[in-house]
Amino acid sequence: MRPVGRKITVTVNGEQYVREVEPRLLLADFLRHGLQLFGTHVGCEHGVCGACTILFDGVAQRSCLIFAIQADGAEILTVESLAQSGKLNLLQKAFHEHHGLQCGFCTPGMLMTALELLRENPSPSDQEVRAGISGVLCRCTGYKQIVDSINAAALAIAGAEAAE
Amino acid sequence: MTTMPPASKQAGEKWVGRSVPRREDLRLLTGRGRFIDDFELPQLKHAAILRSPYAHAEIGEIDVHAALELPGVRGVLTGREVAAMSRPFAVGVSPAPKYYASAVERARFVGEPVAVVVADDRYIAEDALELIEVDYRPLPAVVDIEAAMAADAPQLHEECPNNIYSQREFVYGDMESAKKEADRVVTGRFLFPKYGSTPIETYGVIASYDPFADQYEIWSNYQGPMVGHALVAQALGIAENRLRWIIPTDIGGGFGIKTGLYPYIALMAMASKRCGVPVKWIEDRQEHLIASATGTDRLTEMEAYVKSDGTILALKDRAIDNTGGYIRAPEPGCAYRSIGNHTGAYQIRNLEREVLVVGTNKCLTAPNRGYTCQHLYFSLERMMDKVAAELDIDPAEIRLRNFIAADQFPYKTATGGLYDSGDYAAAFRLALQRFDYDNMRQWQKEARAEGRLIGIGLATVVEPSVTNIAYVGLAKSYLERRKEHPKSGSGEAIMVKMDPLGKVHVIAATNPQGQGHDTVISQVVADQLGILPDDVTVSNVLDTHQRLTSITSGSYSSRFSSAGTTAVVLATQRLKEKLFRIAGHLLDAHVESLQNDSHKIFVREQPQRSIEIRHVAGTAHWNQSGLPEDMDVGLYGVGFYNMPTSEPPTEFDQVNSSNTYGFIAEVLMVEIDPETGALQFLKWVSAHDAGTVINPLLFEGQLQGGVAHGIGGAIFEETAYDENGQILTGSFMDYLVPTSMEIPEVDMIHQETPSPLTALGSKGTGEASAMSAPAAIANAVADALRPLGIEVNELPLSPNRIWHWIKDAQSSPSQ
Ligand code: FES
Ligand code: FES
Repeated sequence: MRPVGRKITVTVNGEQYVREVEPRLLLADFLRHGLQLFGTHVGCEHGVCGACTILFDGVAQRSCLIFAIQADGAEILTVESLAQSGKLNLLQKAFHEHHGLQCGFCTPGMLMTALELLRENPSPSDQEVRAGISGVLCRCTGYKQIVDSINAAALAIAGAEAAE
Repeated sequence: MTTMPPASKQAGEKWVGRSVPRREDLRLLTGRGRFIDDFELPQLKHAAILRSPYAHAEIGEIDVHAALELPGVRGVLTGREVAAMSRPFAVGVSPAPKYYASAVERARFVGEPVAVVVADDRYIAEDALELIEVDYRPLPAVVDIEAAMAADAPQLHEECPNNIYSQREFVYGDMESAKKEADRVVTGRFLFPKYGSTPIETYGVIASYDPFADQYEIWSNYQGPMVGHALVAQALGIAENRLRWIIPTDIGGGFGIKTGLYPYIALMAMASKRCGVPVKWIEDRQEHLIASATGTDRLTEMEAYVKSDGTILALKDRAIDNTGGYIRAPEPGCAYRSIGNHTGAYQIRNLEREVLVVGTNKCLTAPNRGYTCQHLYFSLERMMDKVAAELDIDPAEIRLRNFIAADQFPYKTATGGLYDSGDYAAAFRLALQRFDYDNMRQWQKEARAEGRLIGIGLATVVEPSVTNIAYVGLAKSYLERRKEHPKSGSGEAIMVKMDPLGKVHVIAATNPQGQGHDTVISQVVADQLGILPDDVTVSNVLDTHQRLTSITSGSYSSRFSSAGTTAVVLATQRLKEKLFRIAGHLLDAHVESLQNDSHKIFVREQPQRSIEIRHVAGTAHWNQSGLPEDMDVGLYGVGFYNMPTSEPPTEFDQVNSSNTYGFIAEVLMVEIDPETGALQFLKWVSAHDAGTVINPLLFEGQLQGGVAHGIGGAIFEETAYDENGQILTGSFMDYLVPTSMEIPEVDMIHQETPSPLTALGSKGTGEASAMSAPAAIANAVADALRPLGIEVNELPLSPNRIWHWIKDAQSSPSQ
């Protein structure tokens, strides 16, 4: 028989879900296949590549290293939360303009990591950006245009805040 | 031979050459990309694969009873069924070792599939794997290239004595005279490691067998070439039209590695047929690292016959590749892919070459980004530096003395390569200048005097692209080849159609993995029709039942920017010809007298005689019988472009193995910390000539990505084994991939020498520094360590390895 499920209540991108899950179900699998939020990607399932990074109660975490049951009561944000009313946010826009993605597979993890980075350090140096994203592997871009994108996003966000 | 249409020269803005941001980004940035694991089908079940823990073992009884009893398990497939349901995959060597989609009676590398479980979900399938009992009888294993050919080596396949899969000898030019004329011989022996580019998305397959139609439907993130379609159909014993193969629009990186995935497609097709359900299998990272594909490792021995002035008269080499436990197509391409550009950027007219492809108990190989050009150039460019050192000539100077000159293009190499265009000396000089080479050499001297280990490394290489499939024929002799149908080609097909309101839609199957083809297509079409890229929609899905595909379809060997874009131009021009013919009829004017802008077609000399394009389109769709009967009014154009230079090998084994040939010059400087062996980049200039640049933003992306792969191969990556064939790099903890911290700023220089073979003058550039950086970095490290008497003949240049070299040198009595 299937292992017994446990009921969890979790808020993802502002929407509350109540689901029964197996204790061993990974949060990444729950988000992808349980909630059909396919934006979060899985590249290694052992915590190294960073593609599965989400914001878990506001903190960037690897959803392949967390069980879904541990998310009971948590607030989660995934890449699907970033664009509002059909418009890219400033970080996404910067990635678009500076070609910060090629295949796009690392991109969700990259964006969620950069989001946290810029929140904690709104005007990072190149070196700080590189250190900040060093836990997310990208095999396409060679990182240069990702760093450019994050720098551009930092400027754009600062500009937008000044304008407010 | 197809004649080339000229590039668009019409009024209106030109989009080719502009940094148009990608339309693909919008879905990928918002989590709406559709990758293989994002697809689901009704009744879909999930597969997991049991893999051999041994490098070499007989497989006796496989007991699957307990697995089958686990609730949720739908069925199990083992080597016995695979042997009954399929044939070995075809491969271009004879005699060919038998390679099935899973191990049959014997496993030949760690991770080789032994059984497949299909269950309601992946968790249950993996539980069931643990319930399968396999009676393995371990055999001695061999992992080393030379050991594999030794008389007492364990034999992998009875068809292949001494574990040799392929062996050929070639002589080009006049070796005897060259040897006589030479003032000296410089020798080298080089070992290039086994590594793979590990796309962040692993492999995936969805297979669904329809017993009523006796037809398979496959979804997979396969990269091409679609020769894989023929290979799988043949293995399954079905006609190709019974195998519908669809490749999702989004693929999470390929780098050549995903060309090696087709055996899993056959395996899952069989699993679906046997279990009577659609099956999905997604490779996990460990499976990828131990058992998917890497580039080959290679041992090269090379001799250069040189004059005292540095002129290289001839090369003699012997290269041994290692495709692992089996040989899987497109191998033995590894040994032949670079034959047309084997003498690199230099005028070397004489070559003697022996190639061997051997088997060991390692995982199989595929065309990893650069497809053995990094191996070739590691040897060749190390040799250039050795020649320079022996003759006491500056390494930049030795290259300049041997370059093919700008006025020699198109240049036919001794081996049959046809270099379409270039100016190597000019591009190299640009790079040297930007690097401030002479001053840096001076500074290096001063820094050395202070005891610092500083090295400058150069590599000047030819970047081949658009594979001509003909080269695989070199694995067989001319007499053997003559008995078979000749093989050649590089073709790509595109369809452009216009809807009744005059809007353009492109139907493509170019199968990108992040290169931005759709954006580029929209730029090219916009220029051809004088409209905006935003007016052009693109659907790019490779579907063997619904798209125009061929053996050569797919995205590999940097085909798209030259072959693909030329097909786009041809297709758009055909559509335009039809529009003009209809407009001429409606305006009662000669087609030759017409011209168009973004909205209308008009008579050049009397612009008031005009008709809106949407009315022409409307007539073609809504009033088909109102046009002359002999007028083909179907408002679409199909362009199929095969490079005219893709010919079969000659009887003298000359072959143009690729079609366009770019150029790369790397000039870089490193410092090595003698205490840790760690290497730091102080400066790096990389010059590229890939003909016309279609989209500089995307071009830069390809180049930067190539740098990272080059650094990975040079310093970090190696698929490593112990002497029993146990893999040591089964996770991303052990298999080190460069992070953002390891990649330095690289100063990129572009030179554009248009190709005469493509509509836009563009060449491929997707492999880029992946093929040149390992050589340049090795040359820099060799230069840095020269004062210690250390030679650099192998990679990766990990801190650990360099540290050991330094310690050994310091403790050796001669120092
Ligand atoms: S999938 Fe979670 S870190 Fe790689
Ligand atoms: S864009 Fe492909 S892995 Fe980062």
